[in-house]
Amino acid sequence: MNKTLIKGNEAIAEAAIRSDCKLFFGYPITPSTEIVEYLAKHLPKAGGTVLQGEDEIASIYMCYGAAATGARVMTASSSPGFSLKQEGISYLAAAELPVVIVNVNRSGPGLGGLGPSQADYFQATKGGGHGDYRMIVLAPSKGQELYDFTMEAFDLADKYRTPVLIMADGFLGQMMEPVELKDRLPVALPPKDWAADGCEGRAKRKVYSYTLTSEIGEAENLRWQAKFAIMKEAEQRWENFYTEDAEYLLVGYGTCGRIAKSVVLEGRKRGIKLGLIRPITLWPFPDKAFANLDNVKGLLTVELNAGQMIEDVKLAVTCRAPVYLHNRMGGMLPSENEILRKLGQIFHLPVAEEV
Amino acid sequence: MERIFGRPKGLTALPFHYCPGCTHGVIHRLIGEVLEELDIIEKTIGVAPVGCAGFSLDFFSCDFVGAAHGRAQAVGTGIKRARPDRIVFTYQGDGDIAAIGTAHAIHVAARGEKITSIMVNNAVFGMTGGQMAPTTVAGQVTTTTPYGRDCALVGPPIDLPKTIATLDGAVYVAAASVDSPKNIIQAKKMLKKAFQVQQKGLGFAFVSILSTCPTNWGLSPVDSLKWLQDNMLPIYQMGEIKVTDEVKAL
Repeated sequence: MNKTLIKGNEAIAEAAIRSDCKLFFGYPITPSTEIVEYLAKHLPKAGGTVLQGEDEIASIYMCYGAAATGARVMTASSSPGFSLKQEGISYLAAAELPVVIVNVNRSGPGLGGLGPSQADYFQATKGGGHGDYRMIVLAPSKGQELYDFTMEAFDLADKYRTPVLIMADGFLGQMMEPVELKDRLPVALPPKDWAADGCEGRAKRKVYSYTLTSEIGEAENLRWQAKFAIMKEAEQRWENFYTEDAEYLLVGYGTCGRIAKSVVLEGRKRGIKLGLIRPITLWPFPDKAFANLDNVKGLLTVELNAGQMIEDVKLAVTCRAPVYLHNRMGGMLPSENEILRKLGQIFHLPVAEEV
Repeated sequence: MERIFGRPKGLTALPFHYCPGCTHGVIHRLIGEVLEELDIIEKTIGVAPVGCAGFSLDFFSCDFVGAAHGRAQAVGTGIKRARPDRIVFTYQGDGDIAAIGTAHAIHVAARGEKITSIMVNNAVFGMTGGQMAPTTVAGQVTTTTPYGRDCALVGPPIDLPKTIATLDGAVYVAAASVDSPKNIIQAKKMLKKAFQVQQKGLGFAFVSILSTCPTNWGLSPVDSLKWLQDNMLPIYQMGEIKVTDEVKAL
């Protein structure tokens, strides 16, 4: 296996090129900027176009226009910029346009800081713009997943005619890791027989989301919800790590999922039957991962926010076991030891010494 | 009997449902004629704004994409960059392009984006019921300037074509009116040239067209035309404001 040492943001960009993404529209913002920089250098050589928009709003609507013609297109940003894209994402969901969006989450609220954060979880998973919509949100936890999930995001976007979000953080985006730069696998996708690309030899097409007739508005919403229900059933993804005999479960995604794996191994050394559920799709949230909790005495979510994913975990756990939170905010990361200590405190476990 | 006048092929069969006396219909027709005469209906993709002209996506016979308020030119940029072989035009009201969409209005021109933008200026936000627009004239009563536009408070109106003409990427900038047969003929010539500029790939082309809004102005269709002539024609620069040498050579 031939691996390349590459920065997380660059892995995303390289995967986009190899996914036949032909257009990128973006605006620089730390810690996502290497994506637009890498693509500006390499996408034109692959026959694509990179255009730096006048702002994030322009960039997301340029994506909207390009996607309306059937082209594969991507944009990337970080939290404040991701906020500016929300109206456009609502429009993309309504017009059912496939666009891959990357949010390299930094800390907030406001201008915040450049450190890693997961504080955009609500915005990403609950419909950050106006109206009732959802989009698939993929949460990679290492360089290889940044690459693989970006590639997959383009196919998911085309399959469901939906925006798909890659939710990374400043830590993942900036870290260099060895990544296998795989070729894209052939995937059977539906034809883009809806694209507005000029009506030569066919009837006129429209790509829009406007209706002043409430009856039609309701019918449209029911149609969208039916699609979201199909996505919710089919696309829940997660990783189980030492869950089979686990009495205590950590739940964490992205960087936290990665840290939590070390905590599980440390806990096991101390004789604690500890496991991890690592959500890979944040929407749809992997409810199915929590189907069997017969042996589980308690759960602890590990998050880089004030406690956002914990709400979805509680909805999935349905009061069958207590759910607690360990979190850091403002760009800070939790250490393995502090998570272990928290487990010990909450569940009265002997975490001090290895057995 | 020989039929000598009909609907241009650039328009669908759908009857316009704009208010009586509104000149959107006249402007739609002119564009429909241009699309037909240049034989570009099948390779054109239009972008509709938010506002009354949002309905334009049903009225033109080419493919159409509906944009968010003010974002038509960003959407048009995305379309053109994805399909440089297509003709792309945006059809926007003055509120759409000169207020919420200003950043895109400037930058699409600065980039010399090879699209055609048409601004329909009726000096109000029409669909929301006649509020002040950036183009509302001094003293004009609207629902948000009930005592008349006070320029000491909100500044004087924006003459967008003049601003756009200062940008190197804009190669053709023209301002027309559809208040009289003479001006309608002139407007059509400008629209046609703005599409020809794009066909030749010369740069950004922009046509502003003064239009009436009898409903929100509270005037009859005929009085609206007179109001436009008395109040808008004197303050907005008219005619071909910028024609680069390459465009002159067309």
